Amino acid sequence: MTRSTFNHRLLPWVLLAPQLAVTAVFFLWPAGQAFWQSFLRQDPFGLKTTFVGLGNYAALLADPYYRSALWVTAEFSVATAALSLGTGLILALALERTLRMQRWYTTLLVWPYAVAPAISGVLWWFLFNPSIGILPWLLKGLGYHWDHGLKSGDAMVLVVIAASWKQVSYNFLFFVAGLSAIPASLYEAAAIDSAGPVRRFFTITLPLLAPTGFFLVVVNLVYTMFDTFAVIDATTKGGPGQSTTILVYKVYQDGFVGLNLGSSAAQSVILMGIVVLLTVIQFRVVERKVEY
Amino acid sequence: MVERRPFLTFLSHAVLIMGILIVSLPVWLALVASTHGETAFTGGTIPMLPGGEGWRNYSTMLGKGISTSGAPPLAAMMLNSLIMALGIAFGKIAISILSAFAIVYFRFPLRQLAFWTIFITLMLPVEVRILPTFKVVADLGLLNSYAGLTIPLIASATATFLFRQVFMTIPNELMEAARMDGAGPWRFFKDILVPLSRTNMAALFVILFIYGWNQYIWPLLITTDARFYTIVAAIKRMADVADALPQWNFVMAAVILAMVPPVVVVIGMQRLFVKGLIETEK
Amino acid sequence: MKLTFTAAVAAIFAAGAASAATEITWWHAMGGELGTKLEQIVAAYNASQTEYHVTPVYKGSYAETMTAAIAAFRAGQQPDIVQVFEVGTGTMMAAKGAVYPVYQLMKDAGEPFDPKAFLPAVVGYYTDTDGNMLSMPFNSSTPILYYNKDVFKKAGLDPEAPPKTWAELAADSKKIIDSGAAKCGFTSGWISWVQTENFSAWHNQPIGTLQNGFGGLATELEFGKDAPLVKHWADLAEWQKSGIFQYGGPGGGNDAPPKFYSQECAIYMNSSASLAGVVANAKDFTVGYGMMPYDDSVKGAPQNSIIGGATLWVLQGKSAAEYKGVANFFTYLSSPAVQADWHQFSGYLPITQAAYDLGKSQGYYDKHPGTDVGIKEITLNPPTENSKGLRFGNYVQIRDVIDQEFQALLAGSETAQEALDKVDTRGNQLLRDFESANK
Repeated sequence: MTRSTFNHRLLPWVLLAPQLAVTAVFFLWPAGQAFWQSFLRQDPFGLKTTFVGLGNYAALLADPYYRSALWVTAEFSVATAALSLGTGLILALALERTLRMQRWYTTLLVWPYAVAPAISGVLWWFLFNPSIGILPWLLKGLGYHWDHGLKSGDAMVLVVIAASWKQVSYNFLFFVAGLSAIPASLYEAAAIDSAGPVRRFFTITLPLLAPTGFFLVVVNLVYTMFDTFAVIDATTKGGPGQSTTILVYKVYQDGFVGLNLGSSAAQSVILMGIVVLLTVIQFRVVERKVEY
Repeated sequence: MVERRPFLTFLSHAVLIMGILIVSLPVWLALVASTHGETAFTGGTIPMLPGGEGWRNYSTMLGKGISTSGAPPLAAMMLNSLIMALGIAFGKIAISILSAFAIVYFRFPLRQLAFWTIFITLMLPVEVRILPTFKVVADLGLLNSYAGLTIPLIASATATFLFRQVFMTIPNELMEAARMDGAGPWRFFKDILVPLSRTNMAALFVILFIYGWNQYIWPLLITTDARFYTIVAAIKRMADVADALPQWNFVMAAVILAMVPPVVVVIGMQRLFVKGLIETEK
Repeated sequence: MKLTFTAAVAAIFAAGAASAATEITWWHAMGGELGTKLEQIVAAYNASQTEYHVTPVYKGSYAETMTAAIAAFRAGQQPDIVQVFEVGTGTMMAAKGAVYPVYQLMKDAGEPFDPKAFLPAVVGYYTDTDGNMLSMPFNSSTPILYYNKDVFKKAGLDPEAPPKTWAELAADSKKIIDSGAAKCGFTSGWISWVQTENFSAWHNQPIGTLQNGFGGLATELEFGKDAPLVKHWADLAEWQKSGIFQYGGPGGGNDAPPKFYSQECAIYMNSSASLAGVVANAKDFTVGYGMMPYDDSVKGAPQNSIIGGATLWVLQGKSAAEYKGVANFFTYLSSPAVQADWHQFSGYLPITQAAYDLGKSQGYYDKHPGTDVGIKEITLNPPTENSKGLRFGNYVQIRDVIDQEFQALLAGSETAQEALDKVDTRGNQLLRDFESANK
């Protein structure tokens, strides 16, 4: 369909001006600077600058801790996505089966989405605090000595739970929307074929939810890679060792705490590359969804 | 619902109630902690039931704050957060609807370039460009100002895309009719596009309000003057005190207070929020 | 509610625009009670004269304060004074164009200034190889030993005799645990600072070449060659297994103090500046104080302990009038009355001999036992090359490395020797980065 348009030369630019100006000043220019910085070596105060070409990148790739951060990020993202998607899906399926009280349940389940990651980090840090936290105390009763300060496995579990918590609401809502879009006639037809709930789930619900699910996987991965900075900072600070240091946290650590701006910038550029990739995938998925 | 299966229905309720309990546990404990005195946290485990110090804790935090831990009165910080959240929400909606209008209803040279320039902001989360952005903001003299808190965060591709999507679904006939009546672009925008996208704007508002309120690292970095502190950023300062223990009761009171406004917005505007969430992400 | 809020805002505005005096900004990292005290000191200075007005700004943790100041410097928005922790010293010293050395400042401003009035063990850390003081010490502390006298009594130990050596400490701890008086012997804040850097100074062992980095940027770490330290780390790991020692977490060790306050651990090692907090939180028992234990098989131990804490650095790029004010404010800060007050309130060490003498003549140390343990430790012997302090670049990250390797040791994935060797290799990489960035 061709859309009718107005004929105007100047007006569209006037309309675009505010957004383009903000984009140029606060996005493109700083991003360009970060890009340039990634080829430099500089002391923290910016008094001495040397051009090192790809030196910062080479150093990163040779650094076993950077490679381990890549791995930690993958592990953390996949675990968080799996936990929050799985929980969200189970809750959405349960909601489908309840006739009354749907609104109440939804209300009581959506609000964590509104909680800032920084705050959910503080909350879980409090819950898992080794000296006063309630969960280590309960686990001790069960015979497990919880210690996220030393056991990297415990630390990973902690950050995954803290990061998943608020994301469950989000996934839940999308699954509810996805489920309600599945025509009831399909289920009825299947019921006439005497397919039980389990079979119906696997033959109807799951395939028809797949696009929503796939879309959510991408969104969740982006979330875990970027928005969880505050969660990590409030709970484990990337430790013990560097077992919960994800890429975005390392950018912060090396840039803000370590003041190694060149390396931090190079890491930012690599991250940008990853976001571009994920965005492209996301758009592909959205297109497919539209077609579908 | 296809058939009755009492057991499955029961199970569903049980699952939902379990889910709600687990999801609420951290907040319950925070609420409890915020009603006790300082001494309840020095050893052993945290209390599970509310204590009697709640009123004192909340009034202290709202009215006085703990200035030496980077926490001026919370009421003032909540006002700053509110200004920031509203500024970001309205700013984003305003600039996005205008640029979406330009992209959908005009043909002009470099239109694709403009579109891609906006699109690219999707790929640059604030975390990866934060130091250079800080420098730009400092050069413009915007440190410690509401403009510095909001403007760098208001450019966003998602809102523009949402409006673009909405405009694309508006039938072409409306545009034709408007032109027949001799309506110029501005009248068309004002009388047709804005009213038609009102619900979308409201939905977007909910999402953006939460986004703005929950900003953490940006306000943490660019505010050095307590007059501009926001509440979410300040909580970290309170929890991280050098050579001393966090004052849990106060920290948790602050946590609860920081959570209330966005949670109220989400619950109060639940329907719009769900709609906004699902549409912005498409 | 609304009224309170308006009043609060009005108060903040009023404080910001007090008068037409020259405005001086001081970014600091003192939270909690210490922050309140700091604000009182500044308020007293502001009230004492009309020419200058100092505004203290709390910027969060030490690392955040330093980073914020550096980011602000790069953007031309730096404060006049910034409080930097001792491990940031190497970075600040190397930034010659960014800092205004204090000795220079005092000379240029014509303020009376006698470097000899300061305690050598304190200022030595912040003095260049020519003996010039580069920053103004403000809050310096040193690790001491706190112990629970009630638990000692219950375990049948002499409550007036804290363990002097590590061997005694282990034996006492065992007795405490076996008698059921407490579940754990000791815990500690700051593994890097208390159990590593200070341990080496206390035993007069180097941890880096070129006088622990004082001699130049080419310095290399040698924690792994410090045999007493390797043994100490191995002991800590062993003790952790048997329950004698409980780990308090990385960095400052936030989980350590509650273990002591709740009487889970009988002994606690941390900064002398933790004293106020210990006294406030140890409600149900009596606290005793002692010097840090030493290993009596090492010759020359104990030597003297080194300090931690922070100093005030002056940043370049401000007006001469502001610098005059800064110099004037520093004179006020180092005056015996202010110093003695700050030291007695906070547990930080006095930075001048006069402030220490003032405390003695007031009879403060007799009335408050334990408060001079830290001073005795740092002045125990004249500092040697190994006990003067450290000066390594990128040391903030190296501290993180120490924590990470210590965790690996406790988790059992490395031996003490392996862990400390890895601190050396990883740390040297950071030192070389620093060297090449500052050449």
